[in-house]
Amino acid sequence: PGETSVLAGLYGPAEAKVSKELPDRAALEVLLRPKVGLPGVLERSREQLLRQTCEAVVLGVLHPRTAISLVLQVLSDAGSLLSCCLNAACMALLDAGLPLTALFCGVTCALQPDGTILLDPTARQEQEARAILTFAIASSERKVLMATTKGSCSVEEMQQCLATAQRAATTIFQFYRDSVRRRYSK
Amino acid sequence: QYVPVKGDHVIGIVTAKAGDVFRLDVGGSEPASLSYLAFEGATKRNRPNVQVGDLIYGQFVVANKDMEPEMVCIDSSGKSSGMGIIGQDGFLFKVSLGLIRKLLAPKCEIIQELSQLYPFELVIGMNGRIWVKAKTVQQTLIIVNILEACEYMTAEQRKQALAKLSGN
Repeated sequence: PGETSVLAGLYGPAEAKVSKELPDRAALEVLLRPKVGLPGVLERSREQLLRQTCEAVVLGVLHPRTAISLVLQVLSDAGSLLSCCLNAACMALLDAGLPLTALFCGVTCALQPDGTILLDPTARQEQEARAILTFAIASSERKVLMATTKGSCSVEEMQQCLATAQRAATTIFQFYRDSVRRRYSK
Repeated sequence: QYVPVKGDHVIGIVTAKAGDVFRLDVGGSEPASLSYLAFEGATKRNRPNVQVGDLIYGQFVVANKDMEPEMVCIDSSGKSSGMGIIGQDGFLFKVSLGLIRKLLAPKCEIIQELSQLYPFELVIGMNGRIWVKAKTVQQTLIIVNILEACEYMTAEQRKQALAKLSGN
């Protein structure tokens, strides 16, 4: 049972500042706030990863010259933070009713020194691992939207992690369905 | 969120007066514009009495994703047909777009049943906004609560609630 939790808030499509508006599509902005301290370079790079993943699924061309802001606040971090942020982002997009081409989910794999693959590692397991791979997987044919690696691994190991992540994605999408069902049937 | 569509009737809130044009908040991604000449019987000399914060019921003549939405309060023949500034008092509240469509369906039982309870005035905007005015503030609030709850109540629960109220 995970203790990593992220609160996501989505605003928009709203009026964009003239300096930020794009003439043919919506401008998506992601803000990631850590639990303590000011956002640093790590948060900035994660924001860009999230932004590019979201831009791949959001149909921005339906809302030109608007701004969509996604704010993520980290409530607690016990490992696998980036995939938790990805899941929170997707649920926020879904709940806000934004037009999407597909849903996505985040899965983290930790590759241990002896070669075993651990899904959704805890902070301790992340530290002991040889490599940590995070994938964003789309709901349509389980295609890969985003892949990021920390550490070193071989190509075969990456393929194995990817296959495992794709299988795990099914469980997460089922969770999305159940949550939405519960929310809209009082 | 509401996306403006040409021909939709909506309730807008006046946020600014910019020369000959009013800016209205319609709940979309940008404010809509409404010309002061787009009212019944309005001329350059005879301007409508619109203040910031007023409620206006109008329809969209221009509403696409690339341009700022434009509204008018007259129909194609120049008559107002119920559109224009919404009067004093009353209560404006927001509901989901799904409930609006249910209420605007041809044979909506909710409104028929409510009208047997108390007499009231009702304006429904496709942007999720409803304006209600009944004789007393209490009656107005009761109607507001029932409309908001209609989203989740089944027909039986609604009939029970109304029966309890009319019994009181």
